[in-house]
Amino acid sequence: MAEEPKEVWITGIGLATSLGDGVREHWEAMADVAAGPALEIERFEPYCVHRLIDINFSKQIPKKSDLRQMERWQRIGVYSAGLALNDAGIAGEPSLLALTHLVVAAGSGERDTAVDSQVLDALATRADTAVLAKEILPSALRPTLFLAQLSNLLAGNISIVHNVTASSRTFMGEEMAGISAVENAVRRVAAGQAELVLVGGALNAEREDLLLGYELGCNLWANSYRPVWQRLEAGSGFIPGSAGAFLVVEAREHAEARGAKSYARLKCVVSDRARRSKPGQIRESLDGMFDKVYRGHSPGPIAVLSGASGVAQASAEELAFLDGLDERHFTPVIRAYGSRLGHTVEAHFPLGIALAALALDRGGFYPPYDEGGEVEAPFPQAGALDRVLVTGVGHWRGEGLAVMERTSDGRA
Amino acid sequence: MMSGRLTDKKGRPAVVVTGMGIVTSLGWGKQENWVALKNGRCGIKSISRFPTDGLKTTIAGTIPNRPGHTPENYSACDLSLAIAEFAAAEAIEQAGIGGAGSFPGPLIVATPPSELEWPHLRRLYLANDDKQQTGYRGLRTAARSGEFANLARHVRFAAIADALQSRFGTLGEPLSVCTACASGSSTIQFAVEAIRRGEAEAAVCVGTDATVHREGLIRFSLLSALSTRNDPPQRASRPFSRSRDGFVIAEGAGALVLESYRHAAARGAEPLGVVLGAGEKADCYHRTRSQPDGAAIIGAITKALEDAAVDPEDIDHINAHGTSTPENDRMEYVSLRSVFGGRLSDIPITSNKSQIGHTLIAAGAVEAVIALLSLQNGIVPPTINYRDPDPEIPLDVVANTARKVSMRTVLSNSFGFGGQNVCLVFAAEPN
Repeated sequence: MAEEPKEVWITGIGLATSLGDGVREHWEAMADVAAGPALEIERFEPYCVHRLIDINFSKQIPKKSDLRQMERWQRIGVYSAGLALNDAGIAGEPSLLALTHLVVAAGSGERDTAVDSQVLDALATRADTAVLAKEILPSALRPTLFLAQLSNLLAGNISIVHNVTASSRTFMGEEMAGISAVENAVRRVAAGQAELVLVGGALNAEREDLLLGYELGCNLWANSYRPVWQRLEAGSGFIPGSAGAFLVVEAREHAEARGAKSYARLKCVVSDRARRSKPGQIRESLDGMFDKVYRGHSPGPIAVLSGASGVAQASAEELAFLDGLDERHFTPVIRAYGSRLGHTVEAHFPLGIALAALALDRGGFYPPYDEGGEVEAPFPQAGALDRVLVTGVGHWRGEGLAVMERTSDGRA
Repeated sequence: MMSGRLTDKKGRPAVVVTGMGIVTSLGWGKQENWVALKNGRCGIKSISRFPTDGLKTTIAGTIPNRPGHTPENYSACDLSLAIAEFAAAEAIEQAGIGGAGSFPGPLIVATPPSELEWPHLRRLYLANDDKQQTGYRGLRTAARSGEFANLARHVRFAAIADALQSRFGTLGEPLSVCTACASGSSTIQFAVEAIRRGEAEAAVCVGTDATVHREGLIRFSLLSALSTRNDPPQRASRPFSRSRDGFVIAEGAGALVLESYRHAAARGAEPLGVVLGAGEKADCYHRTRSQPDGAAIIGAITKALEDAAVDPEDIDHINAHGTSTPENDRMEYVSLRSVFGGRLSDIPITSNKSQIGHTLIAAGAVEAVIALLSLQNGIVPPTINYRDPDPEIPLDVVANTARKVSMRTVLSNSFGFGGQNVCLVFAAEPN
């Protein structure tokens, strides 16, 4: 585009995680490290997961008929999307909703694991594969459940429940889905291809089928809880976390014209995909992206909300990249928010952006989450927080960075 | 060589298509497909890949064998990748762009559902010796052994895009997209947007779906979406006919190389056609049904025409979504009628799904390739099995045999479960 890129603001945040429901609860819970993470330890033993806080979904999804059509990951997503629309002052405004574009990061819907188990047991005794088709599946599979399994149906349900209809896109690909979604939203707003975008994702970590999928690649942490950075040399792995994280991303002019306040400015999002066939490629990719986006920025302390998962290769190379910022005269102050909220996969990058926006708005950073470790140092108290780097490195593929800054007209 | 300006009517970079590839139930590659399409052949057949006893629907548009490729030996994920690779290679080769294993732009992939299939679950089940661990707990224990790491690709949504990127050396992070049955069209829309933003000079768009397996058939059957007219299979898919009773699930892949006209012209590449515009509108009515007044579909068509800077009068041919379900074809007609008015009856329309079935996630890309081949050749492939026109949806259907049509501008429709609607406007030359 020949024209000057438009300034991109975050004007709404919707969060539902293991530690809170809504923006205010998150600001408090993320500061209160004395209260440990909210873990489910027994149900999926030996794996622990960060379990969703109790949520009354009907506050955002009033119709029972809608709720019945959704599995839990969709409820979490539709709920947090509603919170974001509400927060941005768009909910219930038909003229704005019709102009709101939707970009969702999604995985797959949930399988009925009880049915799967029943089928597998039956196959073990009968060895007749037709048993599937003839006897069990037709009665056990429900049409509504199948719809809940379609990846784009989180977006579909958000359109139906909240009337967001300008356009609807779903990106897939684990952590890359979240990075792609936010990047697509920001680039379209910056280029004037959209003015108002609802973007985010959701994960229900309390799912048997999902845990099996992650564990095929031996990606789960299978011991008792440890913060992210302390898992790298102790077995590697991520602890999934249930979460919904949605943002309203808006062109500054559009926000100002309707009197909407910003949390923060989303300066840019960049992404790439290192091949990971040789050690060092992830770090090289992150180095390259950082140099591109921070060229001309003043050196000094830089707050980093790291989306590190705890999967050894990815997180160790990210840490090497962050440690190396010293050579560029930046002093990173790192917080791996996954230590607190779990790794939320598709939702993880939007979640990091939301937490960064919240911190920039409040003017302060989060405390260290690396208890007993050495990676996360206290934030040097020198004026209000004015910039945050958000990182996202996929547990098996993809990496991205977001550059965020404080705006003058904050909400707090 | 195309004349015309390097920017479109709105001053944005004009986007051209310089390479195309396709795999469907009719064959592998443009040549096999175009000959079959033109001659009104049908790729739908009785399923032989797995036993179909107990199933209400026993037909599908499955990919035929080819030396080096035996689809029945593949999982859905692997077959989806194999046909995507073939189509992308064909498109990139035709475009003559980049070097071996190095494509100068991003990759955008419409990627099918990723999940473990029953044979995979069964392997995990049998591998766990500790029968005290029931259900998924036992399966996880088997997974923990690390012996099944090669199954991880089946549950990773980025896996197909990742493998394609490794093969073709595209730039940046590949996008994996799902807007249900509009996904293939979405990839083209996203590439157009990126080129217009000046982020990319070229992009490879791929839609692929090879998920004909037993559970998939049962699921769509439960939605009452599939035709049960199993005999003869070639007669089952009958878009716009009064007797239509559902779609026929099918496999396919389509790939397109999109480029800024400037970039193509600079390297002397011959454009095969132009993507004038794209339009998208989400429905908020129901998970599987459109708003009764067609508002979202009308919105997508109108936005596509606006984006392309063409009037309804400019559209010479419509490549319909035309699934052959009672609901879709009626809603598509109602919406088209609202946009095109009385002139609709003069616009030749066809549904490729009569010949190849519904390739689901891939459909938008597969049918974009066919729409562009139609433009290039001045021939519209027929809607076969059009023997009892539905009087409620009077259209100029290209019935049963191909028709020569003088075309400059073509509309291609794709509508998805979940309410995502994407329409594309292609032209022979920039406007």
